[in-house]
Amino acid sequence: MKFTSLIAAGFALAASVSVAFAEDISGAGATFPYPIYSKWADAYKKVSGVGLNYQSIGSGAGRKQIQAKTVTFGATDIPQKEEYLNTNGFVQFPMVMGGIVAIVNLEGVAGGDLVLDGDTLANIYLGKVKTWDDAAISKLNPKSKLPSLPIIVIRRSDGSGTTFNFTTYLSAVSADFKKSVGAGEAVEWPVGIGAAGNAGVAANVMQTKGSIGYVEYAYATQNGLAWTDMVNAAGKRVKPTLSSFKAAAAKGDWANAKNFYLILANSSGEASWPMMATTFILMYAQPSDPAASSAALKYFDWAYSNGGKMAEDLDYVPMPDSVIAQVRSAWKGIAK
Amino acid sequence: MTTISESSKNLDMALSNDRARVLKNLVLGDKLFSFATRAAAYAVLLLLAGIIISLIVGAWPAMKAFGFEFLVTRRWAPQLEPEPVLGALAPIYGTLVSSFIAMLIAVPFGLGIAIFLTELCPHSVRRPIRLAIELLAGIPSIIYGMWGFFVLGPFLANYVEPSIVAAVVNIPVLNSIFSGEMVSNLSLFNASLILAIMILPFITAIAVDVFSTVPPVLKEAAYGIGCTTWEVVNNVVLPFTRVGVVGGVMLALGRALGETMAVTFIIGNSFKISGSIFAPSTTISAAIASEFAESEGLHQSALILLGLLLFVLTFIVLASARFMLMRLEKRAGA
Repeated sequence: MKFTSLIAAGFALAASVSVAFAEDISGAGATFPYPIYSKWADAYKKVSGVGLNYQSIGSGAGRKQIQAKTVTFGATDIPQKEEYLNTNGFVQFPMVMGGIVAIVNLEGVAGGDLVLDGDTLANIYLGKVKTWDDAAISKLNPKSKLPSLPIIVIRRSDGSGTTFNFTTYLSAVSADFKKSVGAGEAVEWPVGIGAAGNAGVAANVMQTKGSIGYVEYAYATQNGLAWTDMVNAAGKRVKPTLSSFKAAAAKGDWANAKNFYLILANSSGEASWPMMATTFILMYAQPSDPAASSAALKYFDWAYSNGGKMAEDLDYVPMPDSVIAQVRSAWKGIAK
Repeated sequence: MTTISESSKNLDMALSNDRARVLKNLVLGDKLFSFATRAAAYAVLLLLAGIIISLIVGAWPAMKAFGFEFLVTRRWAPQLEPEPVLGALAPIYGTLVSSFIAMLIAVPFGLGIAIFLTELCPHSVRRPIRLAIELLAGIPSIIYGMWGFFVLGPFLANYVEPSIVAAVVNIPVLNSIFSGEMVSNLSLFNASLILAIMILPFITAIAVDVFSTVPPVLKEAAYGIGCTTWEVVNNVVLPFTRVGVVGGVMLALGRALGETMAVTFIIGNSFKISGSIFAPSTTISAAIASEFAESEGLHQSALILLGLLLFVLTFIVLASARFMLMRLEKRAGA
């Protein structure tokens, strides 16, 4: 009696699981938007009953998955150029934005105590500024008494969209950096220790005295790490806050960005945070499974309309309404 | 009388029929068994060949693009425009140096423990120590990595390495090997130390086994003419087991060369050849582990080529270990 009911329960469970799988939207890619995608997915499942199966495996791996057609959408922190989109038959659109911050581990230094400018940050990552009491840093921070500790540079060891956006910014502000390192997902760093993922960089900075690293803002706040303020393109000292991220995002000229190819680095404007990242979605214009494709679009549509507050709670910046309208019209290019 | 002889004859016939049938069955079983075992053995050969072939196929674009230069290039710039520059020298250097330092630490410790266990140790302590060493071998490498990252690395960087740096700061050569320019939690030396702990049980276990192959009469004779324990170990035990010990050491070296997870955690993943062992570095397996997922095209092919190089390196080490063990067996048989 008990046994049969157990079996019945097992079958019922299996049936419900298989139904859930059949309906789930599948996606893979960037780790940076994973927290917000899963938060949206939880809320969306409650209203629609459709879940999301998102593999947070990195931008490059996500692009490979969508090229192999194993997922319905790919997510990348690196905007893809027209040539790549055309050869693969992809449609690209931005989903959400976020800020990148420099984090430091120095005794007695809390978040916002220090300020750096782009050139100094570039020179630290070039290995030219070697100690914390270097003139370049103390000139920016006359009030802080910095120790004569060597600066231990922490950066990513894996290919990374965060690295792409960070190095794009450093290349924009420092000719030296542009010439000897350049912008990319996996660059040839002249100095430093490689750590895997945003979480790896955060953990390394937490562990290492005198270290500096770069992570998405949420990783700094979640781990209680000391971020630095930045001097932006207008020469003003800004703090990494939602409003400075939004100010930078507002400077993005999305209207004239073909395929939404836009990198928000070193934005103008007095209140703009200089280091930003945008995360993009890649989908087939002619999907092999149109039903799955439109289910994914419905989820994104819902997220654009209802997900703004949730995004801000996690320190992401939702796309401006004008951009959302633009994205919705771009969706007409995806076959239903 | 006749009935008995006839019935025994019948019995004999029945028996021989039975035997024939049983034997036939046995032959069939034997054939099946031998076929199954042979197939399993050949499958391993096929598998090995398949792995080598797929590595070569995967590595081919990188071989064609970089050629021999790959082995001597120090740079690793997968996204350089217009053409990436990729070279294996830094990871090969890191692999060889980290394994070398690990051996430098683990061999004397491992042999010392083995000698203690076989020659000096009181019986009551022998089992617990052996057990502890065997448990060391059973710890998954990710645990070593985490422990190295959170405990050993910070401890070495904060309390041990600064004093080493300070002690040798005025001694030429040593002050560049133990340079204080970038002492951090993650470095070549820290990775080597973790590796040493990881391979220690292999060396000890094999050394204990070969030390116990020394005929007691040899040792007793040596003690009989007044040798000290040190003299017995140095002049009887070690010469008798030299080849076996070297074989065990080579097996441990094979493990050190290929160790991935623990090393990736604590070596610092930096494609730089620095004279200082307190600087971050990388190894072949760490480079593959940290970059493979996000690599494309030539970059991925170069990582596969690195894998092929490691395969060749490890094969050479293991083959020479096998060769030495073979020589030991021959000598023990003679």
